[in-house]
Amino acid sequence: MKLTLKIWRQKHANDKGKLVDYNVDINPEMSFLEMLDDLNEKLAERGEEPIAFDHDCREGICGTCNLYINGRPHGPIRTTTCQLHMRHFHEGESIVIEPWRARSFPVVKDLIVDRSAFDRIVQAGGYISVNTGSAPDANEIPIPKQIADEAFNSAACIACGACVAACKNASAMLFVGAQISKFALVPQGKAEKKIRAEKMVAQMDAEGFGACTNTGACSAECPVEISMTNIARLNREYIGAKLTSDNV
Amino acid sequence: MKLDAKIPEGPLAEKWTKHKFNLKLVNPANKRKYDIIVVGTGLAGASAAASLAELGYNVKAFTFHDSPRRAHSIAAQGGINAAKNYQNDGDSVYRLFYDTVKGGDYRAREGNVYRLAEVSVNIIDQCVAQGVPFAREYGGLLANRSFGGAQVSRTFYARGQTGQQLLLGAYSAMSRQVANGKIKLYTRTEMLDLVMVDGRARGIITRNLITGQIEKHSGHAVLLCTGGYGNVFYLSTNAMGCNVTAAWRAHKKGAFFGNPCFTQIHPTCIPVSGEYQSKLTLMSESLRNDGRVWVPKKAGDTRKPEDIPEAERDYFLERRYPSFGNLVPRDVASRNAKYVCDEGRGVGNTKMAVYLDFADAIKRDSEKVISAKYGNLFDMYEKITGENPYKTPMRIYPAVHYTMGGLWVDYNLMTTIPGCYALGEANFSDHGANRLGASALMQGLADGYFVIPYTIGDYLATLPAAKVDTTHAAFTEAEKAVIDSIKRLLSINGTKTVDQFHKELGKIMWDYCGMSRHAEGLKGAKAKIRALKEEFWQNVKVLGVNEELNQTLEKASRVADFIELGELMVEDALQRNESCGGHFREEFQTEDGEAKRDDANYAYVAAWEYKGYNQPEELHKEDLIFENVKLTQRSYK
Ligand SMILES: Cc1cc2nc3c(=O)[nH]c(=O)nc-3n(C[C@H](O)[C@H](O)[C@H](O)COP(=O)(O)OP(=O)(O)OC[C@H]3O[C@@H](n4cnc5c(N)ncnc54)[C@H](O)[C@@H]3O)c2cc1C
Ligand code: FES
Repeated sequence: MKLTLKIWRQKHANDKGKLVDYNVDINPEMSFLEMLDDLNEKLAERGEEPIAFDHDCREGICGTCNLYINGRPHGPIRTTTCQLHMRHFHEGESIVIEPWRARSFPVVKDLIVDRSAFDRIVQAGGYISVNTGSAPDANEIPIPKQIADEAFNSAACIACGACVAACKNASAMLFVGAQISKFALVPQGKAEKKIRAEKMVAQMDAEGFGACTNTGACSAECPVEISMTNIARLNREYIGAKLTSDNV
Repeated sequence: MKLDAKIPEGPLAEKWTKHKFNLKLVNPANKRKYDIIVVGTGLAGASAAASLAELGYNVKAFTFHDSPRRAHSIAAQGGINAAKNYQNDGDSVYRLFYDTVKGGDYRAREGNVYRLAEVSVNIIDQCVAQGVPFAREYGGLLANRSFGGAQVSRTFYARGQTGQQLLLGAYSAMSRQVANGKIKLYTRTEMLDLVMVDGRARGIITRNLITGQIEKHSGHAVLLCTGGYGNVFYLSTNAMGCNVTAAWRAHKKGAFFGNPCFTQIHPTCIPVSGEYQSKLTLMSESLRNDGRVWVPKKAGDTRKPEDIPEAERDYFLERRYPSFGNLVPRDVASRNAKYVCDEGRGVGNTKMAVYLDFADAIKRDSEKVISAKYGNLFDMYEKITGENPYKTPMRIYPAVHYTMGGLWVDYNLMTTIPGCYALGEANFSDHGANRLGASALMQGLADGYFVIPYTIGDYLATLPAAKVDTTHAAFTEAEKAVIDSIKRLLSINGTKTVDQFHKELGKIMWDYCGMSRHAEGLKGAKAKIRALKEEFWQNVKVLGVNEELNQTLEKASRVADFIELGELMVEDALQRNESCGGHFREEFQTEDGEAKRDDANYAYVAAWEYKGYNQPEELHKEDLIFENVKLTQRSYK
């Protein structure tokens, strides 16, 4: 399978960067990242510097891989980049590969960006304050299955950042909504509900993420199908908190 | 040096309680005077970092990932064991202990395993309190399932994403302490050496993976929570970044390496499809609860699976092990798959696969029920292979999955270097020669949440609070050694890429030190690895410079360590003239092809001492003493 890849090359954060063309001839059974591995091997053999990209588990769960492929986060099908296979492309196709584009995710090198803003949002309040050793017996906190399932759906977020990359405003509302929802839904998370919403939103704003205009591109591109109800819940939690507290 | 495992005296069930009482304490006001370095922020590292910070210690946590939430622990699917006995089906701390010792083929310490089973119940409590969304019954209580090799339902799970949810729990606890200022987090930072001062671990040397800067960090103790080394085989189910570097460099500074040849091959992985393959994907073994494993009876049968009539199929696990059937432990299931493929009865293009068939389960329970249980796994399979497992059987083949071996530690989790601890998959662990499903998550969290917070105090209480400054000669020397070795890698400018070396090493390991091993093969492998090592240092090609993000350089330094480790694994496999658990030596098997242990001569932990570059390592033996469990031949017939 012959393809033309147009790949973003940028030496470091302050470099300008540009798209560079690479012609490849690959086995259509490869995964997208295996295609890049293969290209990198060939570049290395020729003495050219390999393309830097992030990846780790290659199972769609760690959230590390993050390529913007032909104008869509993670490419043409709804999955993580590492789970995308070349059988979804056709002979002779031209594929543009770029890093996530968002002010809060600065490019580190080539296709790698810095997503530490997400960590800082979690540090602001994405937890239940319980020290090791102070927990009651697990079955003392019954949680209706339906609620537990719903909390799981929010907790399934892999923090890849596709939501931010998909949004024209680079908003992180879907990510933050999912973090807030997974705790707000369950009884253990209720005590810190308000302060959590306030602090995480404040941090989100401080990181420079954009505003949400409810177009839903984030959820549509989310590889693990985090739903828009998370944003609605975030808004509810946040407004509720702001009306009644003077925490932040 | 005499190995002392420091297992407390007294009856099994009282050891840990007594030990906790006897351990020295650091008084609350003094804890803040101690700095603890935690390398690795997977389940073991994140839980340790959070718990120690809560106690008041100053923690510096390091990960090569861009966030603690990316650690390989995130990929664990199936679940976590705990002896809660919520199902009233006869489980108990003793039974979990017994199953783990037996499952490990009697090559683990009784004392450690009992403690693990004992604290397992606290882990579930802790995780639920953190908000981990475990599966629940309609009544709102926690659900359980039975998992690989267990006859009780003691596995807690969160769909097929248990590791993810547990890690996010530990990560959130850790994030809270980062916000509190008790943990200083260093992401994209790789530990490249351990610093020793007066015979104790007092710091580490790291490389900032973005700028290439080499940094010195001083502390009162160093915890290595850096995961397993399955990637020595190149292809494995481990994440691409998993490596042995931190453990190996500590080994070279004096930490003994325990049972390096004990690796686990997981039976249910998606088979290799071509040369370009970068990693293997595990299909959770919970699938074996409902899937039936088979191959055609006839060698070279090329019919489609649906065209092969029932009578011409060989459900080989059910046939050979009528009482456990498809649920035999991992090593047994894996080896049997290899045998049928070696007989030419494998399926698929490469003939290196067996079927895992859900047709009967779907007929019995409906597609809806099966999809509720395994939907995400079926989807994942379809994404990778392009085949629909609701319609046609999955193809599976064993793959390297977990390493029971690791840094030798005593009952306090301390390595043979005072002040250097190893937790999680990085230590030689409580799983003996084979780990039971859903027990690694349990062990990582037990080590981090419930063991190290107690045992570390005993060491620190005897250590003056004075800090060692990073201007100390020991730091400067270690720093220089790291810089020199990076310079050396960058200056070789050979013709072979790092990946080529890694692939070659992986093939040697898989062929001779994989699912089944024999002395001749191992001896040959030793020579091959030695030659590969020579060639690596003369001919590896590492482009770029140190002072930038350089993924090839990162990989090269990891592969260099893998090569040295490979040599030791082969040596270890060669000295162990018996078969046990994941270590199957062809010369030592029963008449019907089962592993044959030699308890009289090999009931020990092999702990290896580094003796210098290209020098043979010295073997130390820690005898395993069984006072509670009677050693029997494992039988799953
Ligand atoms: C696909 C898969 C599925 C599994 N499923 C299950 C399951 O269902 N149940 C179960 O019990 N077990 C399961 N396991 C095993 C289990 O997931 C692992 O054994 C366990 O998660 C290891 O945790 P850890 O904290 O020891 O290491 P890891 O999670 O691997 O973390 C290692 C950490 O160390 C860091 N690190 C490593 N080296 C360095 C260095 N030099 N410098 C700085 N940082 C470093 C990494 O960045 C990372 O933070 C599974 C394993 C695999 C591969
Ligand atoms: S590499 Fe882990 S999600 Fe893609």
